[in-house]
Amino acid sequence: MTALIVGALIAVAAVVIVSLPFLLRSGDDHEASTELQDRRLMLIDERDRTLAALKELEFDHRTGKIDDADYRELVGPLRRTAAEVIQALDAEE
Amino acid sequence: MADLGRAALVVSLGLTFYAFVAGTIGALQKRHRLSDSARNALVAAFGSTAVAAAVLAIALVHHDFSFVYVYSHTSRGLSTIYALSAFWGGQEGSLLLWLLVLSGYGALAAVLNRRLLRDLIVWVVLVIAAIASFFAMILVAVASPFQTQVRALDGLGLTPSLQNPYMVAHPPMLYLGYVGLTVPFAFAAAAMLSGHTDERWIVATRRWTLAAWMFLGFGQLLGAHWAYVEVGWGGYYAWDPVENAALMPWLAATAFLHSVMVQERKGMLRVWNMILVALAFELAVFGDFLTRSGVIQSIHSFAQSSIGAWFLGFVVATTLFSVALILWRLPLLRARTKLESALSREATFLYNNLLLVALCLTVLWGVLFPVLSDIFLGQSRTMSRPYYDFFLRIFGLPLLLLMGIGPLIAWRRASVRSLLKTLRWPIGVSIVAGAILIALGAGSSRPGLIAYSFSAFVLTTIVVELVRGTRATGSLWVLIGRNRRRYGGYIVHFAIVMLAIGIAGSSAYATVREQKLLPGQSMTVAGHTLTYQRLERGRSSTANEVRAVLGLSGREHGTIKSGVNNYFTGDTSKEVGIHTDWLRLEDTYVIFDQQEGNAVFFKVLIKPLVNMIWLAGFVFLGGSLVALWPDAREQRRLVARLAFARG
Repeated sequence: MTALIVGALIAVAAVVIVSLPFLLRSGDDHEASTELQDRRLMLIDERDRTLAALKELEFDHRTGKIDDADYRELVGPLRRTAAEVIQALDAEE
Repeated sequence: MADLGRAALVVSLGLTFYAFVAGTIGALQKRHRLSDSARNALVAAFGSTAVAAAVLAIALVHHDFSFVYVYSHTSRGLSTIYALSAFWGGQEGSLLLWLLVLSGYGALAAVLNRRLLRDLIVWVVLVIAAIASFFAMILVAVASPFQTQVRALDGLGLTPSLQNPYMVAHPPMLYLGYVGLTVPFAFAAAAMLSGHTDERWIVATRRWTLAAWMFLGFGQLLGAHWAYVEVGWGGYYAWDPVENAALMPWLAATAFLHSVMVQERKGMLRVWNMILVALAFELAVFGDFLTRSGVIQSIHSFAQSSIGAWFLGFVVATTLFSVALILWRLPLLRARTKLESALSREATFLYNNLLLVALCLTVLWGVLFPVLSDIFLGQSRTMSRPYYDFFLRIFGLPLLLLMGIGPLIAWRRASVRSLLKTLRWPIGVSIVAGAILIALGAGSSRPGLIAYSFSAFVLTTIVVELVRGTRATGSLWVLIGRNRRRYGGYIVHFAIVMLAIGIAGSSAYATVREQKLLPGQSMTVAGHTLTYQRLERGRSSTANEVRAVLGLSGREHGTIKSGVNNYFTGDTSKEVGIHTDWLRLEDTYVIFDQQEGNAVFFKVLIKPLVNMIWLAGFVFLGGSLVALWPDAREQRRLVARLAFARG
């Protein structure tokens, strides 16, 4: 008998927890993901990747994994890409 | 009590199914309250499953033999800790543990990411809920741990080999790993279902994957040590199907942990990462299928049952779902950049991935071969140890070498000149180490010699990386603090090297000798003299015990006891005797093979460096924890990224 009462209490508690979003007003105001938001996220990914690559390149150069000639050749295009992505992000604001 | 357990499981099934249906409608129709309700249902499902788990645990500890499960897997003579470990000693309890961990992980992942990744979480909830519904359905309708009977006076007992301290920790550890791989799979599926295939799902699941991988790896080492001290055949890994079942998802997850860095840095391998995360998940479920179905003979056959067909159906359905999803989202997943050079960090990650996946699929083929040969050739043929050992060397040794090369190559592109300059120390040290080893007689095993030389190569790489990094940043502490993931990874690499040294030492350079001894007689093995002194007989609460006492002299001194336990349930088990030389990390391992009157046939193995394997486990754990440690900067970046995206 005790077991059934405890079981019933669990079921009631579950129903209350599941119903909470309908009982509370605050659960209704999510903003949906938009195309603009997705585009911005893609640009942010690109910016973060490029900046991380620049940081990594600097570190690899300082630790001797990459020589001066390779460093000069690689750093230019990366800086240009970073600038382009940051400009594109500025334009989105 | 059983009624309460059953009721709690029915509630769990109702909640997970509701979470799946409500989550699907909520996600498709963007009804956010419904999605939140689905998320809450998943949280509540964890609560009700925890109640069911508590009921079973109480029944086990109190020897309530009105539960069929308790009767079948425990006895009154069993200590409390082993009675509790019977929770995962049988099929129904294991499935309940699976559901408990799954609903717990799912609820935690959904709650922690509910604000930052709201658009993904609605889909994550429905994927996890669908998987949890399957397990809840099996527990309610097919394999309930709450079946009852007329209360018996005593139970049938726990399989003797499971009455070992390692069995208290090894299965739950593996389960935390197996089930943990559901989380990255659910996030990957959610990214594809929602069409939001940006890098957020990777950032959100990095630590989940790492944690699951850590549990799976450490759990396997615990299992290997259990096999070593308990099974009594002299080894720690037998390429048993169920051992392989844990190894395969671990290999796939290892590949994923590496390739995901390429996606983060270069935006490449996006399709490949989806395939890997799905493969790791499918192999984890397949592992449970192997353990539970008994389709393939295994030392783990204590877990055979009839639910294999359900699991096979589930593996097929989820595989088809994953393949369809990846094909559907292929246009979104295509990489926007290309590999710039075959000599670059990302290229070494790619080689590492190919080797890991090749090893994983080779093991899978070995596991499936008995079944496939039975179906197509009419007779079951088993892949034996030489098959696995061969491919372990073919793929494992290059992997070891890559572990030393990868960290020293620059991202994007490296010239041969700068690469050779960077590698000069590792190459030099490995050549000198190889020469010294040959001079010391290690040339008797070519794979062993190669493994040791490559290990020296990797260790030098790690040292070079730490020295150069410290010089560049000014402090080792700052260096590690700035990139815990990378340097935690290096600690794990160090653990893998220890593992390689331990495996090579204990297999390639082991000495084995078998001899029949009468009391007072001796045998000498690799500088150790063992004298059989006497036979002792005793009785515990579960078995009659026979022990041969041997005196050890020569390089080491001590006493070793090895024998047999004859359990009252009719089972027998060999109890090996092990003496450890901690200076050489070497074991003298004695197996009581058989008795003939006063004489005993002993099998003695001298296993150099075997203890390096167990020590590697702790280093592996430490490195994984360093990499797992929360990074406040990463969290801030995620918050800032979302705030900016929302405008």
